[in-house]
Amino acid sequence: MIFLIQKTLIFTIPLLIVALAGMYAERSGIINIALDGLMIFGAFVGALAALLLRKNPFFVDHNQLTFLLAMLVAAAAGALFSLLLSFSAIRLKADQTIGGTALNMLAPAIALLIIKVFFTKDMLEMERAADTSGTMKDFGFVILHDDLGPIGRIFFDKAYISTFLAAGLFVVLSIFIYKTKTGLRLRSCGEHPQAAASVGIDVIRMRYLGTTISGALAGLGGYIYIATVANGTASGAVAGMGFLALAIMIFGNWKPLGIALGALLFGFLKCLGVIYAQISIPIHGQDVYILRDLDLPMYFYNLIPYVAVLIVLAFTSGSSRAPKAEGIPYDKGAR
Amino acid sequence: MKNSVPPSQAGVLKNASARSILAALICILGGLVVGFLVLLLLTVFAEDISVAEAFSGIVIVLGGPFSGGSAQDILFQMGNMLFQSTPLILTGLSVALAFNTGLFNIGAAGQYLMGAMGALLVSLSIPTTVVPAAIVWILALLAGTLLGVLWGAIPGFFKARFSVNEVIVCIMTNWIAANIVSWVFKSTGDRFINVAETKVNFIRKTASNGVATATLGLDKLFAGSYMDISLFIAILIAVVLYVILNRTTFGYELKACGYNKFASRYAGMNEQRNIILSMALAGGLAACGAAFWCLNGAQDFKWDTYLTLPADGFNGIPVALLASNNPIGVIFSAIFLKHITVGGSNLAAQTSFNEYVSPLIIAVIIYFSSFSKLIKDLLLRRMTKAQHATPAQPADPPPAAGPDKGAADEDAKTKEE
Repeated sequence: MIFLIQKTLIFTIPLLIVALAGMYAERSGIINIALDGLMIFGAFVGALAALLLRKNPFFVDHNQLTFLLAMLVAAAAGALFSLLLSFSAIRLKADQTIGGTALNMLAPAIALLIIKVFFTKDMLEMERAADTSGTMKDFGFVILHDDLGPIGRIFFDKAYISTFLAAGLFVVLSIFIYKTKTGLRLRSCGEHPQAAASVGIDVIRMRYLGTTISGALAGLGGYIYIATVANGTASGAVAGMGFLALAIMIFGNWKPLGIALGALLFGFLKCLGVIYAQISIPIHGQDVYILRDLDLPMYFYNLIPYVAVLIVLAFTSGSSRAPKAEGIPYDKGAR
Repeated sequence: MKNSVPPSQAGVLKNASARSILAALICILGGLVVGFLVLLLLTVFAEDISVAEAFSGIVIVLGGPFSGGSAQDILFQMGNMLFQSTPLILTGLSVALAFNTGLFNIGAAGQYLMGAMGALLVSLSIPTTVVPAAIVWILALLAGTLLGVLWGAIPGFFKARFSVNEVIVCIMTNWIAANIVSWVFKSTGDRFINVAETKVNFIRKTASNGVATATLGLDKLFAGSYMDISLFIAILIAVVLYVILNRTTFGYELKACGYNKFASRYAGMNEQRNIILSMALAGGLAACGAAFWCLNGAQDFKWDTYLTLPADGFNGIPVALLASNNPIGVIFSAIFLKHITVGGSNLAAQTSFNEYVSPLIIAVIIYFSSFSKLIKDLLLRRMTKAQHATPAQPADPPPAAGPDKGAADEDAKTKEE
């Protein structure tokens, strides 16, 4: 049971952060279909940074510091990359879906081109490296405390600092968008930019802000994904997690709490597909592996999250509250 | 009044096609320039690559199959390029058709997989000793296409019935299809999986059951490549689609729903039906492309595909965009994209760079094309304002779609050179 919750958390965190990224862009009025590409780019740059840092033994010793720095670099990379989207969408009033699609294609192409030229392979692994005493060490940022009792173990055993960082960011950013002046202004630009402009809000600036925060979060989420879920390998793909995050954002009705709920639900379903054979329930003192004994193929469990998204969307679409002005380029003269 | 319309419209038409050509050319040029700059940048950071290699690199990419080496190699690569263009033309048509109805079909990858599964299941399970191979071929093509129609109808249904964004549904159906296809082939075991060869990730080739697309000697003509007649069927489909979209009531209704679904409902059109039909047809087209690819007879289909989606499915999007969603233009833009892709693999074989330059160039072209439409619109607005200063006569949509054809057609030709 503890194992299941730990695993669910690991899958939930990247989905949560990236869905929040989608929310920030769309609440400011820009459709960010490029979440997947931003994740890929952030993951690639973050992995590259970690790899280069770990050439210095000091950073192999201080694993957690390296992890934090790599996350920071990934977020910066995501923010920079998202400027491509915001520039075309805001300044040039381009089609946001097409621009986002272009970014989704561009990110893996850049990542793989560079990886293959410099590392002559199709993926970038955060390899073993020597620490100050000369022993080889794996990358690995897990916090281990198995002496804390069940509740403590859920959060502090086999845990990643990225989990705490992401949870903290989530709280801060949720408060920011609802309780601060800037947050209110940002939201107003996604609903009715002309009305916002009429009271002196700089719509263009707000939209740049929303998309850049979005890019930073998506880049961060991408790096967290490869560092915690995908064994530290940047391969120019994140298995469609960016698109799943987009669906979670819609499921969560463009609101932080809904997104958190959706991320937990789909994090759970997603991790079920990976670890279903290892889940056991003690009955009469014996561990019974219910799901494994059902003998359903792995594909069945893989299908569940996607089918669930469809069912949920079919039922909730009536109450959907998408930002009214999302996807529409801001035109000062329009009414 | 009547007399004043044709000349002024002809003027707009002429300029519109000129604008389209110019915009597409700028996008392509932009993509190539950025690709070249990236290569140059790489030479700065990688010590073992010289600057001269960046220059020869971009020439190799641009050359496509022509940078393949000997005349025999060039013919061989050319034949394969043309054959591989077939599924891409059809996924491009799929995306273009949906775009014409205002829908973004990002689900062509899933529809493609379903089509491949349908075609493979039928072509490998009906023994050609009982049923003539030609009939099996037709049945397999139909089965694949039909599965794609059903698969494409799902996002259409969700959009029409629940007004759920089709992008999300398409992406979900992509991954569902990927898992279903893997599941089906896994559970049928070695009935379909090629266990004879050491690699067991692939389905048996349809030629093992005697089913293969007619080649009419084209494969020989192109130095033993995979070339068959499917390219010509795809071109025919594109022409038919062009006629449907521009010369029939049904096509007009589809486009009207794309322009404004509320107005078309007000005009008495069944916009829900049109949305579902458009997506179903789009699904059928993408699936048909997959069926052509599988039924070639000599192709490997990787069945364990639950973690990856076929690239041809997604590349239908750039193909359609580059062709301004014009079916005839799609033929040329698909061949152009494959041309660049073949150039990319030649680049990987001949220099220290690798094949990922091609998707990079294509992505940049799409990035530029996302705002090239805007420049076109601005030019158009300025021109119509100047021309119709006295009679306010807006150019209506259907004739305006005409020039796009010529434009995409033209620019594709220029690319070919």
